[in-house]
Amino acid sequence: MSTQINPDASPSLDTSAILTGKARGRHNASAGGQADRVKRRLTSRWATVAAIMIAFLWTIPTFGLFVASFRPQENKRQGWWTIFLDWFPTMENYGKVLGGTSISNDNLASYFINSFVITIPGTIFPLLLALMAAYAFAWIPFRGRGILFVLVFALQIVPLQMALIPLLQFFNGVDIGGTYLAVWIAHTIFGLPLAIFLLHNFVSEIPGELVEAARVDGASQTQIFFRIIIPLSLPAIASIAIFQFLWVWNDLLVALVFSGGSADVAPLTAKLANMAGNFGRNEHLLPAGAFISIIVPLIVFFALQRYFVRGLLAGSTKG
Amino acid sequence: MWQKFGVMFAGLLIFLAVIGLILFLADHAPKRGRDYVQMFVFVAPALILLGVGLIYPAIRTMMQSFTNAQGDFIGLENFVWIFTDSGSLISLRNTVVWVILVPLLSTVFGLAYAVFIDKSRGEKVLKSLVFMPMAISFVGAGIIWSFMYAYRSKGFEQTGLLNQLLVWSGLEPIQFLNSAPLNTFFLIVVLVWIQTGFAMVVLSASIKAIPVEQVEAAVLDGANGWQVFTNVTLPSIRGSLVVVVTTITIATLKVFDIVKTMTSGNNDTSVVALDMYNQAFRFNEWGHGAALAVVIFVLVLPIVIYNVRVLRKQREIR
Amino acid sequence: MTHSAKHRRWLLPIAFMSATGLLLAGCSNGSSDSETGGGDAAADCADYEQYGTFDGDEVEVYATIVDVEADQLQQSWADFEDCTGITVKYNGDQEFETQINVRVEGGSPPDLAIIPQPGLLQRMIDTGKVVDPPQSVEDNVDKWWSESWKTYGSKDGKFYAAPLMASVKGWVWYSPADFTDRGVEPPKTLDELNSLTAELAKDNSSDTYRPWCVGFESGTATGWPGTDWIEDYVLRQQGPEVYDKWVAGEVKFDSDEIRQAFDSVGEIILDPVNVNGGFGDVKTINSTTFQDAGLAILDGNCSLHHQASFYEAQWPEGTKVAEDGDVWAFLLPNEEEGQGDAVTGGGEFVAAFSDSKATQALQTYLSSDLWANNRVKLGGVISANKGLDPNNAQSPIGKEAVRILQDDKTTFRFDASDLMPAAVGSASFWTGIVDWVNGESTDKVLQGIDATWP
Repeated sequence: MSTQINPDASPSLDTSAILTGKARGRHNASAGGQADRVKRRLTSRWATVAAIMIAFLWTIPTFGLFVASFRPQENKRQGWWTIFLDWFPTMENYGKVLGGTSISNDNLASYFINSFVITIPGTIFPLLLALMAAYAFAWIPFRGRGILFVLVFALQIVPLQMALIPLLQFFNGVDIGGTYLAVWIAHTIFGLPLAIFLLHNFVSEIPGELVEAARVDGASQTQIFFRIIIPLSLPAIASIAIFQFLWVWNDLLVALVFSGGSADVAPLTAKLANMAGNFGRNEHLLPAGAFISIIVPLIVFFALQRYFVRGLLAGSTKG
Repeated sequence: MWQKFGVMFAGLLIFLAVIGLILFLADHAPKRGRDYVQMFVFVAPALILLGVGLIYPAIRTMMQSFTNAQGDFIGLENFVWIFTDSGSLISLRNTVVWVILVPLLSTVFGLAYAVFIDKSRGEKVLKSLVFMPMAISFVGAGIIWSFMYAYRSKGFEQTGLLNQLLVWSGLEPIQFLNSAPLNTFFLIVVLVWIQTGFAMVVLSASIKAIPVEQVEAAVLDGANGWQVFTNVTLPSIRGSLVVVVTTITIATLKVFDIVKTMTSGNNDTSVVALDMYNQAFRFNEWGHGAALAVVIFVLVLPIVIYNVRVLRKQREIR
Repeated sequence: MTHSAKHRRWLLPIAFMSATGLLLAGCSNGSSDSETGGGDAAADCADYEQYGTFDGDEVEVYATIVDVEADQLQQSWADFEDCTGITVKYNGDQEFETQINVRVEGGSPPDLAIIPQPGLLQRMIDTGKVVDPPQSVEDNVDKWWSESWKTYGSKDGKFYAAPLMASVKGWVWYSPADFTDRGVEPPKTLDELNSLTAELAKDNSSDTYRPWCVGFESGTATGWPGTDWIEDYVLRQQGPEVYDKWVAGEVKFDSDEIRQAFDSVGEIILDPVNVNGGFGDVKTINSTTFQDAGLAILDGNCSLHHQASFYEAQWPEGTKVAEDGDVWAFLLPNEEEGQGDAVTGGGEFVAAFSDSKATQALQTYLSSDLWANNRVKLGGVISANKGLDPNNAQSPIGKEAVRILQDDKTTFRFDASDLMPAAVGSASFWTGIVDWVNGESTDKVLQGIDATWP
């Protein structure tokens, strides 16, 4: 077969290709209609049907939870699908969950706010620091940067659990235990290795001529960083930001340990885990609680997915 | 409430101000050694944080794995325990099954889906649906699937969809999470359900980046869909495949929440990460916990080494 | 006065109003007293003078207790807060048992921790971080608690933590009306219990009916209701001495004594003829939550359910829990009639990680008879505090439990699994029970548990 066009079999860790689709797809957009025709030939009708089936299967569990969240308590002994035979939706579960099942646990609303207050800096801090480090690793030559970068990559494998106690001791040593600050710093640390790794691969793909030209013009590193690196990396930043947002929002362990579990600081997941721990009593409330915790990531995902996908596809559409 | 947001904005502002200030100062450092100062300023914040939060704990864990609960040096005893205790042997076995199946199935499904769906109608919506589980926390996913797997005996009204389907097709309901070894597979399904979206999105982007000319050429040569896939698509997205498999593998090794919420490791479903959590935090057997962490570490090592070699090669080419 | 204290003034009446509302709604027995103890707006501060006054000092209390019980707990010290000026910051967490280790190791322990297991308490004491309680706490404990309760809060003869609440385990719940219909009576001996079971098993009026309904599912702690079964039988069949030796590890699981208990329990709950009413076969025991299991009595799917006194809270709203009500309970009988009650039970202990004056004041209050009465009045729980007026217990079963705890003739033993090392008591014993129900042989289960004894 003479169709093996890409004999470069060495697998490359070209993340930027993933994040931007840039690497190999630079010249395809102009191919326009013809390309579409070729691709369409390759996509059979059956494949589409299969795709729809898979999407359906993938959605059912979440959909079931969604339906179950509207079921009255006395119907919890029936499957959620029975709601279609006997329509009895109620908002009661949501009312109870949002209003709080008890005063001491506060209501979900306060945890909701905590989640936001934790997640937003928990996303921005690591991204900016990672971008700076990625820039240095990619564009500022210094001794040992190769080894340092490999080290950072390797840090991904340190199991989070093992870092909890030393870090907690450190936070208490500097007297910020149980505050938002501690939670932010913890999330920053745990998010850094992957973010640096992914961003580095992207940043290093930025055309060297641009950076060189700016340098010749007398721009400082900081100026290059803000004027060239950040604007050009926006697609990658957007995608990684979404991943980091989802990770921080959904995290339970870090929050549990560094917020001290108190209602002042603890996020939604901590509250939800408490509800799940009391499964027997809360069984009818759990779907509503779970759905409330899911809703923000879903909104973020659906609202930003355009940027997300654009980030992923930047190269191929830009041409 | 507003107070909390106030704290958040204050935090963000201070953070940005501090970063801005050190970058500004670095720009105005004395000319001699300015490059060095600048490099340092860009890398240092990240490295300091990593040192405190990951490198030091990693070293500490290594040392702890040779000590007992009281902190006395006991050589390799903790590791001997891991490889002789029947419970942790089962966890090891399960972890191996997880690490093989989750990346494999997620990647295969994700890739198949990315190929099926490429340029098909409603691509965006369908992709979002499959990606959606990524947005759900492990705790949430555990709850969702507990409801899916719910079991009631024959003759009772089923509350779990899967068992209801079995009953409708005239079969007996199954206790999905109760009988080893199949229950581990049912737990694995949950993580595959989550990770497939990730694999799909990344691979789909990568497929879209394949130059159209290549595909065209292949088609003109008379290749059918499958041949195009194996001869053009696969080689072109190999890099992305490596990243996807690596990321999912590392994530899989660390996952313990799913098992914890759904079976608590009962019925032979435990995994090393959950054992580590239990030994260290529930039983205060820090030595056992640390040794298990080291085992996870060692399990990931081949993946890291492979990736590092790829990385090196890439740098040489450049 | 600090800002936060002023703030509280405003909030308190509102909080109490809603708390009462919640209690009325949440208390399943419906027997909430309108006079909700600590809820009096104008509390008599004379009772609290001995604890001194503070200027907005804060004490953090960390515990497993969440939901309605947490509200009641906070209510129980509301007057104390008002009168002393101490603010109690309560923090309830279902992950307590792991998080307390993390927090103590990490250097940020709470001021007071309410620890539900003596075994965990011992481990906390081993860390060296538990602070000696003030003399006033020890005096209270000497005065109001039995010697054995004090021992559970001590290590190597040194006293550390005062007991708080208590529960009596080993009740068998049933429906008096159902018993009358079937023409049976509560048994007086274990043998009678077996013949009662056999008699009920003959009744196959419906496919779903079995004499017993059993549920061991409880999230991370799945299996614990099964350990209660075994403990009850060990105490009743072998007596307190063997029980104590078993807890200490001197009598192995793989011994005739303990095997006898497993066999006796197995005769009941591993026989498909006897279980699992309303849920299915024997294996459903592991997937039925302990909260749900007994409810099958109300559907007429089973007649008997073994669970602690706190199961009272699980009955749906409007269920009358009384000897002549919808459901009632008898204590799992002894080997022979007239031996006096032998009961297992549980409870919490208050350990301090801080020796601030405010912490000590709260710690002293929590060990007093005043607190016990205040808390029990709010319903839902009881205490083994001897100064507790049984009439303050808010339900018939609560009164009965207090009577048993205060009876000198009662042989009381703490839940064995809570006393054993965590690797057994909150791990292999639980999982062993789960395996056992799943069909693993008794020998293998017993040897397996022994193997994990540290």
